[in-house]
Amino acid sequence: MKDWPLWEVFIRSRHGLAHKHVGSLHASDAAMALANARDVYTRRGEGMSIWVVRSTDITASAPGDKAILFDPSEDKVYRHPTFYEIPDEVDNL
Amino acid sequence: MHIQPGHTGGEPTRSAEALAELEQAFQEKIDAEIKIEPKDWMPEAYRQSLVRQISQHAHSEIVGMLPEGNWLTRAPSLRRKLILLAKVQDEAGHGLYLYSAAETLGASREALIEALHAGKAKYSSIFNYPTLTWADVGAIGWLVDGAALINQIPLCRCSYGPYARAMRRICKEESFHQRQGYEIMLVLCRGTAAQKRMAQDALERWWWPSLMMFGPPDAESSHTQQSMRWKIKRHTNDALRQKFVDQSVPQADYLGLTPPDPELKWNEQIGHYDFGAIDWGEFWRVLKGDGPCNRERIEARRRAYDEGRWVREAALAFGAKQARRAHGAE
Amino acid sequence: MNQRQALYEYLLRLGDNALILGQRLTEWIGHAPALEEELGSANVALDLIGQARGWLAYAGTVEGAGRDEDTLALQRDVLDFRNALLLEQPNGHYGDTIARQYLFDAFHYPLLEALRGCADQHIAAIAAKSYKEAGYHRRRSAEWMVRLGDGTAESHAKLQRSVDTLWPYTGELFTPDEVDRTLQSLGVAADLTAVYQTWDEDVARTLKTATLQRPQAGWMQSGGKQGRHSEQLGYILAQMQFLPRAYPDARW
Ligand SMILES: [Fe+2]
Ligand SMILES: [Fe+2]
Repeated sequence: MKDWPLWEVFIRSRHGLAHKHVGSLHASDAAMALANARDVYTRRGEGMSIWVVRSTDITASAPGDKAILFDPSEDKVYRHPTFYEIPDEVDNL
Repeated sequence: MHIQPGHTGGEPTRSAEALAELEQAFQEKIDAEIKIEPKDWMPEAYRQSLVRQISQHAHSEIVGMLPEGNWLTRAPSLRRKLILLAKVQDEAGHGLYLYSAAETLGASREALIEALHAGKAKYSSIFNYPTLTWADVGAIGWLVDGAALINQIPLCRCSYGPYARAMRRICKEESFHQRQGYEIMLVLCRGTAAQKRMAQDALERWWWPSLMMFGPPDAESSHTQQSMRWKIKRHTNDALRQKFVDQSVPQADYLGLTPPDPELKWNEQIGHYDFGAIDWGEFWRVLKGDGPCNRERIEARRRAYDEGRWVREAALAFGAKQARRAHGAE
Repeated sequence: MNQRQALYEYLLRLGDNALILGQRLTEWIGHAPALEEELGSANVALDLIGQARGWLAYAGTVEGAGRDEDTLALQRDVLDFRNALLLEQPNGHYGDTIARQYLFDAFHYPLLEALRGCADQHIAAIAAKSYKEAGYHRRRSAEWMVRLGDGTAESHAKLQRSVDTLWPYTGELFTPDEVDRTLQSLGVAADLTAVYQTWDEDVARTLKTATLQRPQAGWMQSGGKQGRHSEQLGYILAQMQFLPRAYPDARW
């Protein structure tokens, strides 16, 4: 017999942040995955909303692509507010 | 996350040079405290060592539900019943988080569990001792969860990301386990003579097995050195054991209980407690299967798994039907 | 029967139902068919035992004899328990446990929902908290009914038998007696006819989705609500009450 399929669980906490990956679990169908996510990952009042996704349905970037994907953004300093010189006298910027 | 296993053994053949280079880069990452993630390259021995350690840990959580679990129906008050139930439930959760972490390394939960049932996998020997009285529930929370916590806190910084994250979650949940156990002991020690006797007896039976939970002495521990280099492990068995003794003796004093070790004595010079020799013969004997409850524990797990098979199969069959129906309806 | 006596009896029924089912569920811990189910069924048991504490504590107050939730739970004998017979039935296999749970949840949820509007403020407050838990329980057990009923041929046959075996214990839940009538006239007890209607529709829908047959109407067992139990309850109490009875002067 096979294991029940694996699901990834994402929870949005009370603080209004985005859904965050909290872990995984096994379940035979989507309703069970939701129930199990509730029972496993929100036992201490952690959650306001749950997403469950079949692990096999997630496409991830490859570690080998780290250089071409993420390094190019490192020298785009002009995207950061501290790049700009504004005289101290000017407020609210 | 389990997007794909790190690698599944289908490693392309690499030249010795290329491999050495990868290994060096890997060790540099570890030394720089950069976490290793499932899809990153890792030496096969690192992967195997992690699967072994994480699955042993997961098995311990699950088997560990049994000795305390058998007191759920007999807890002496409704409040105690709820606390114990929440605690044993946490241990099930810990097993689940840990199996999940092992699964990111390409192991399947089913295969790991079957290895346990076949007697091919280890779990913490402490759970092969019986829980004879209610005081054992207190002693387990106080000493066993206490020892586990000392072992586990450094694992929150383990080099393997999914294991470290599972451990952080576990340690957060563990924080009430030891306290509820100590509270049980406290109430017993302030109670009737019969209750105090129960508490002393439980301490006597759980003391030495708790010291053994840190594993064999450093000189005899086969995995310690490599594990430390890979930052899977961060302290030696003996150092953690000493820490446990140092913290537990004053706690026993406060309860008015006496650990069963005549050589236990504060050593002013080194600022630690000296303690007597551990019976490693007993440790190895229990580990090899001859503890008081080894057979019962594995048998209970195997029975639950076998008797639950039709349930798991039914759910799987229903899931497949449902998927087919959804597909047909499109 | 005066109002206070009726209220005490009614609270024992609510409390003992939750307590005995919760106690039964704790027998599964460590032995469930899947790791995820360990956590799920423990949550249900935690809810139920938590509810039992609330009902029994209030029962003790109403009784006015100085008994608290623990004294009531752990010092009464079989004759003084008021849970329905359904809840003391053995766990059996997982299908038996699921069927027992669902048949109860489908009753428990509309009952608590109705009690939210109870004229007694304490009852209304406990019900307002508990009915949400019961709503989750009912959804969870109904989903399992469907999985097992519409799963494999083996699970279908097993669950059908579970439903058939437990069916005769469902009648008692909806049969009003003097306690129900006394309190209903005061706006305290729920109207069991209305609760039955919700139960009946829910069960019909779930059995149909689960591809299960509704058992033929037949003889219904009863007595639990009045303290005449099956042989099962004595064993449950023997375990559950052992410590406080063995050490009568101890506190825990
Ligand atoms: Fe744990
Ligand atoms: Fe624990």
